[in-house]
Amino acid sequence: MGEEQKMQEEEKPVRKLDIKGLVCPYTFVKAKLAMEDMEVGEVLEIVLDYPEAVNNIPKSMQDHGQKVLKVDKTGDKEWVIVVRKEKD
Amino acid sequence: MEFTDLQVQRYSRHIILPEVGGKGQKKLLAAKVLIVGAGGLGCPVGYYLSAAGVGTIGIVDDDVVEVSNLQRQIAHSTGTIGMPKVESAKKTFEALNPDVNVIAMKGRLNKDNITDVLKDYDIVIDGSDNFPTRYLVNDACVFMRKPLVSGAILRFEGQVTTIIPHEGHCYRCLFEAPPPPGLVPSCQEAGVLGVLPGVIGALEATEALKLILGRGEPLKNTLLIYDALTTSFRKVKVPRNPDCPVCGQNPTITELADYDAGYCQR
Ligand SMILES: [Zn+2]
Repeated sequence: MGEEQKMQEEEKPVRKLDIKGLVCPYTFVKAKLAMEDMEVGEVLEIVLDYPEAVNNIPKSMQDHGQKVLKVDKTGDKEWVIVVRKEKD
Repeated sequence: MEFTDLQVQRYSRHIILPEVGGKGQKKLLAAKVLIVGAGGLGCPVGYYLSAAGVGTIGIVDDDVVEVSNLQRQIAHSTGTIGMPKVESAKKTFEALNPDVNVIAMKGRLNKDNITDVLKDYDIVIDGSDNFPTRYLVNDACVFMRKPLVSGAILRFEGQVTTIIPHEGHCYRCLFEAPPPPGLVPSCQEAGVLGVLPGVIGALEATEALKLILGRGEPLKNTLLIYDALTTSFRKVKVPRNPDCPVCGQNPTITELADYDAGYCQR
């Protein structure tokens, strides 16, 4: 397969987490708990609607040694963050 | 186990710590800690372990609450004067955190009952105020290989040390035997600044949490001394004594004994 396709394969979320309606710090708490249940290398997709967390979650994930693959605005008040677990 | 929504909220400040996380919090909830004494040290130790969500806390003490305790024993209150200290503490700890199962044991540890009490717990925290109990608890923990966090307070000075039997020092490596009764300040002479057990108790609770989480470095082979008047912390190295009567190579103490005679019991 092509390089592009391979990249997409590796970034395919194995788990989706809907934290719409939650505010900080529970947005990150929930995302962290979900990551703890996953294996290193697996990818998590987080759907959220709390604007502050759009910046905070990626930053906290990076601080914890995880890899943020993308942050997309998917609606008027909806975002999707994709994170790959790099360490336990 | 899965966290309830309330637990996620209650422990959120733990969960977001990389060194704790959900996994560490579950270890805390599964842990069983025994606190010896529900006095100056036992109160803050139990209070913070309850807040932290340590799932099972045993507490043993044979006293009842008196008004003179309230200057420092923060788990008790004016309303619980006359109540056994372990009942008063249980009420306070369970009110703080209903996740915690507090096992209140009114009585005094002795050579005949201590093994049976200790066997159900992962970690022992000594907050006792007398040498007979301190040595009895040390010896039992060495025999049973139970980690022991030991604290002591007098006037403006406090000490903390963490004993991992057969890995690090024990209390007898430090002080081989209890001092003769006449040298120990009697109850009437022994004053203590009310906040001092709060400092030392919080340090003991911290040591216990680290042991449960398997994080950081415990005060193994180390005695920490705090002086409230000068606000100084001093760490003293305490190597294992190969000739220690209880944990040395040729131990002379091979069974538990009571050392009650001649000591002030309070
Ligand atoms: Zn020893």
